[in-house]
Amino acid sequence: MQLLNERPKSLLDVQMHYCPGCGHGIIHRLVAEAMDELKIREKTIGVAPVGCAVFADHYFNCDMIQGAHGRGPAIATGIKRSLPNSIVFSYQGDGDLASIGMAEIVHAAARGEKLTIIFVNNAIYGMTGGQMAPTTLIGQKSTTTVEGRKTEVNGFPIRMCEMLATLDGVVYAERTTVHNVAGVVKSKNAIKKAFQNQIDNRGFSIVEILSMCPTNWGVRLDNPSEATKYINDSMVKIFPPGVYKDVSAK
Amino acid sequence: MAEKQLMKGNEALAEGAVRAGCRFFAGYPITPQNEVPEYMSWRLPQVGGAFIQSESEVAAINVIFGAAATGVRSMTSSSSPGISLKQEGISYCAGADLPFLIANVMRGGPGLGNIAGAQGDYFQSTRGGGHGDYRLYVMAPNGVQDMFDFPKKCYEVAYKYRIPAMILADGIMGQMMEGVEIKWPEVDVKGLEKQKWAIGTNEEGRERRMVSSYDLRDGMLEKIVLERAKRYKEIEDKEVLWEEKMTEDAEIILVAYGISARISYAACRMAREKGIKAGLLRPITLWPFPKKRLIELAPKTKNFLAVEMSLGQMVEDVRLAVNGRTNVNLFAKPGGSPIFAEEVYKAIEDIVKKGAKEYATVK
Repeated sequence: MQLLNERPKSLLDVQMHYCPGCGHGIIHRLVAEAMDELKIREKTIGVAPVGCAVFADHYFNCDMIQGAHGRGPAIATGIKRSLPNSIVFSYQGDGDLASIGMAEIVHAAARGEKLTIIFVNNAIYGMTGGQMAPTTLIGQKSTTTVEGRKTEVNGFPIRMCEMLATLDGVVYAERTTVHNVAGVVKSKNAIKKAFQNQIDNRGFSIVEILSMCPTNWGVRLDNPSEATKYINDSMVKIFPPGVYKDVSAK
Repeated sequence: MAEKQLMKGNEALAEGAVRAGCRFFAGYPITPQNEVPEYMSWRLPQVGGAFIQSESEVAAINVIFGAAATGVRSMTSSSSPGISLKQEGISYCAGADLPFLIANVMRGGPGLGNIAGAQGDYFQSTRGGGHGDYRLYVMAPNGVQDMFDFPKKCYEVAYKYRIPAMILADGIMGQMMEGVEIKWPEVDVKGLEKQKWAIGTNEEGRERRMVSSYDLRDGMLEKIVLERAKRYKEIEDKEVLWEEKMTEDAEIILVAYGISARISYAACRMAREKGIKAGLLRPITLWPFPKKRLIELAPKTKNFLAVEMSLGQMVEDVRLAVNGRTNVNLFAKPGGSPIFAEEVYKAIEDIVKKGAKEYATVK
């Protein structure tokens, strides 16, 4: 018998609280694999958000801090500037990063903080039960847009990678998905690159990952393909995957 | 003789903090505390520290949340409206047992108010300020010397008990210049104890560490808050500070902190010249409040007179301590208007000579 794959060292052997079909579990594993492969677990400090990933501090096998909603990039700044040789990542959802924490993410990026941001965009507030997020699609139903998001009432979804790519402090911004195998592989490479940039002392890196939320999207929980289909058919049209900035590639 | 320098209050606060081991500052401009971040911006790099001008007070306190979690002696400062913005982060720091120093150079409020010195943030400072059950260790300087000296005491208490510490000054204290005696040696940061709770690089393979203010398990938060309450009790027992002047034979004892204490002392001296036995009790720590001392003094005096630049906030702590044992009066002035010693003396005269009961300038 040959062991083909095992749990990354950077991920603790504990039961996670994520719903069936949720993308967070996959993304946690990719972050942990990247930490293992780059051999940075011992010098990495993670910042857990408020939202579905609030318990991330119980899942990653490294020093962790959990702070206020949206303030991850500010907290990460305090850690990185105190300990410049550490590797600091902030793991955030769309409500956390693109709504309440908009100022913190933009200014950490503008300062060119040497951080790695893992931004999970599932177009909904998951932990609080499915309210409209800043990234909710036009027409998408939520508990605060019961007939679907309407532009005249709720405005438009925000594209973070495109926005942040305009800032000189950003060295790398890429959007990926985890709704299919190719997307998972690309996400892994992007996360690894975002950490490598920090190891190389380059500057601010963000990976935005489109992720499934079957529970709050109101799709059938017994058929995961319904959720992946929503990313494939709807989300990628508003949030096209791709590299929006890569200074290191030049 | 100790070295003596002429210093502005805000700069003395910043220099005192650096000499007390502060190596990290984050802040945002607001009058009348701007000299603190300005000073830190060039001073901290000289000693290998970090300075960040953040995008808001909200961000500043969260930068401090991250920095304090690594164990570095850190500081933020602001003035009243900015301190309100920081309250979320202060609550998280208190909930995560993170020690750091916060200075409030108070101005007139509520709202944008004005930029004059005032004392309207007493409730906010001594009752926690943000959400949840917690306390801050709060020191009230009444001169530039105190501005220089208090950061050291704040760090000592903050790290010993793992509690955020606040210096509650006011615009007058921040802006005035006085001679400062440098009486204590600079803290050697390399010699400071490594904190067992601090997050950081983990090359030695220790247990991983977590810093957070939440626990959703049944009954766990109650246990955590009760454990913290034991430390609060110990602080109340061991770390309360106050100063007294001419209280031994006083028929009226003025209770005042910060700039109001200096004005009150002048009023006491005027009263003594006129044959009225007036004394002063000046709380140096506002939390813990010197309530035991007030209880001791209550049977020995006929009157207390709380003097403060607010609608009357600290007076509630005086009344709680005195608990009806004797007459508690109030001289209060809100909105950042200055108090004059002559006005306070007039109040003393009305109370002692005319026998005014429950005298109050603000009803």
